[in-house]
Amino acid sequence: MAGVLDTSPAARAVTRGWSDLTIRNVFIIPTILFLIIFNIFPLIYSLGYSFTDFRASVNEPANFVGLQNFRELLTDERIWNNFWVTAKYVIVSVGGQMTVGFGLALLLNRAMPAKGLITTLLLLPMMMSAAVVGLFWRLLYDPSWGPLNYALGLGDLAWLSNADVALYAVAITDIWMWAPFVMLLSLAGLSAVPQHLYEAAAIDRASAWYTFSRITLPLVTPLLLIALIFRTMEAFKTFDIAYIMSTQPTTELISIKLYKFAFQEWQTGKSCALAYIVLIMVLAITNIYVKYLNKVKER
Amino acid sequence: MAHIRLDNVTKKFGLHAAVDGLTLDIADGEFFVLLGPTGAGKTTTLRLIAGLEKPDDGKIEIADQDVHQWSASERDVALVFQYYSLYPRYTVRQNLAFPLKSNARNCSQAEIDERIARAAKTLRIGHLLERKTDRLSGGEMQRVSIGRAIVREPRAFLMDEPLSNLDAKLRESLRAELKELQMKLKSTFLFVTHDQIEAMSMGDKVGILNEGKIVQVGTPYEIYNKPKNIFVASFVGSPSINLMPAELANGHVTALSGKLKIVAPRSKTNGAVTIGIRSEDITVGPKEQVAAHIHDVENHGVEKIVTLRVDDQFFKATAPSSLELKIDGTVKFSFNPDKLHFFDAASGASRA
Ligand SMILES: Nc1ncnc2c1ncn2[C@@H]1O[C@H](COP(=O)(O)OP(=O)(O)OP(=O)(O)O)[C@@H](O)[C@H]1O
Ligand SMILES: [Mg+2]
Repeated sequence: MAGVLDTSPAARAVTRGWSDLTIRNVFIIPTILFLIIFNIFPLIYSLGYSFTDFRASVNEPANFVGLQNFRELLTDERIWNNFWVTAKYVIVSVGGQMTVGFGLALLLNRAMPAKGLITTLLLLPMMMSAAVVGLFWRLLYDPSWGPLNYALGLGDLAWLSNADVALYAVAITDIWMWAPFVMLLSLAGLSAVPQHLYEAAAIDRASAWYTFSRITLPLVTPLLLIALIFRTMEAFKTFDIAYIMSTQPTTELISIKLYKFAFQEWQTGKSCALAYIVLIMVLAITNIYVKYLNKVKER
Repeated sequence: MAHIRLDNVTKKFGLHAAVDGLTLDIADGEFFVLLGPTGAGKTTTLRLIAGLEKPDDGKIEIADQDVHQWSASERDVALVFQYYSLYPRYTVRQNLAFPLKSNARNCSQAEIDERIARAAKTLRIGHLLERKTDRLSGGEMQRVSIGRAIVREPRAFLMDEPLSNLDAKLRESLRAELKELQMKLKSTFLFVTHDQIEAMSMGDKVGILNEGKIVQVGTPYEIYNKPKNIFVASFVGSPSINLMPAELANGHVTALSGKLKIVAPRSKTNGAVTIGIRSEDITVGPKEQVAAHIHDVENHGVEKIVTLRVDDQFFKATAPSSLELKIDGTVKFSFNPDKLHFFDAASGASRA
């Protein structure tokens, strides 16, 4: 058997120089090491802190306080208010992104001139830094000389310092920035619907709406759900643009509160506890989505 | 219920004309079979009639109305796609219900159920109704695809090789079912196939298509017995017609390097011709005219197909299965002079 033509996998690996095992070790071990050092370890370490009264600003040892941080946080009405603000923000911003993004994708999903160019231009907001976007929209929103009020004829509506409007103003900016992401995924989903199904539906004399709801929508739903998962997770932990754009208490998202606990009040232990609460919430929400996604895919 | 007319229709893809100046007239209630080799433009023709493609030139009429501006759905024809095009994620029943639910047809649920049951029975897919279409075999998908057409009452049925993926037995019985359905509904059928047996056995009329052009239209009898040229003659019939060069002079045909000499049945102009003769028009037996070498014998049950050789000319003949024939032996044969086809040696056009 040990002839010249031995083509078993093992023999080929030998001629290639590296065995599959070597390749696995070379590529996977560093990755795992990095993950442990920069992700897993801090995660566990901060879990430890969340049960203490540790303050990173003072040179004192941490005392174990049990569940006190969690108890305090979960009974604090102001924290619940932060969660409420976050929930409103997530619903408005993700809802807007899904609507606008999917709508744009529907408009773009046809043969038209300069389609590639238009798509690329529409993707630009997504590629900008959130800090730049925040500052830029602050200018747009400026009550006295901002172009937005001028264009919409809204007089001197103070978008960002009006407690009732500020959160929505931030959400609009987020929609502007991230709707293209939803659009991109939707476009991928829409162009994956085989053309011959539309032909069959036309032959079967299906109305435009019937075709959309029975053929297009079911086939793009999985991708829409993936976009929804990503955007919900991201929106839930939004910090940058909200922090840059407004200082209103009505725009104090949970991550801003978290930042204040950790780096302004230096309540390291408590902030770790809050971070864990947020983490568990995000995990719970995404789990629901993923379950639903799997169910949709099975169908 | 509609009369379909194509007048000089051309469809180009790039520079290549898939359908090239096609003129076709399909009478109301006719079972018309479009027969042609692969790439002939059969699918393109159906798609043009269905409204899925727009012609570059020419006119298409359905029920005497120019349908150029009409969308596929307005044309109200049922099309069985060559590659089925079933709706994914839906069950067979939902696929069959789709055309009934999706438009202003306003079928009651009872009526929908009844029509689905009827179609399922015809196509023998009753046991599959609750199955998702992506878990079907090719032949099952094909039948569902036919079902989606026959649950409707369209103005015309267009079917693109609807039986190509079925086993011989099922194909035979569905041929009969479809034919019966057409007689019952009295609707216009345009049936595409590359299988000449299917064409000959089903069609009221057969149109032979090649390279985007209609070569001949006629009843199966006309196509088989009066082929317009060599292409048609060799496309229909199995085994295919024997063709050989011959010389026509003084009322006689001479072929097989002078060994075969037959009185030409009708007056023909002299010169070089190609003669064609079908295997069943060659008689094999001890009392016949010319000796030939037996190259091969295929046993087909009711009959034998012998491949004979005279010098280096091969041809096939049909012999009764009782006749004793040995490969590499010798046998005598003769051609039936009334059944000879004459074609122009250069152009291949019939010289009848
Ligand atoms: N969308 C298209 N783009 C470019 N060329 C095409 C297109 N559709 C068909 N053709 C070409 O047109 C010609 C006719 O194609 P068509 O599908 O009508 O053939 P057909 O007779 O149905 O063949 P088959 O029996 O293989 O299905 C072929 O040469 C094919 O390559
Ligand atoms: Mg075809």
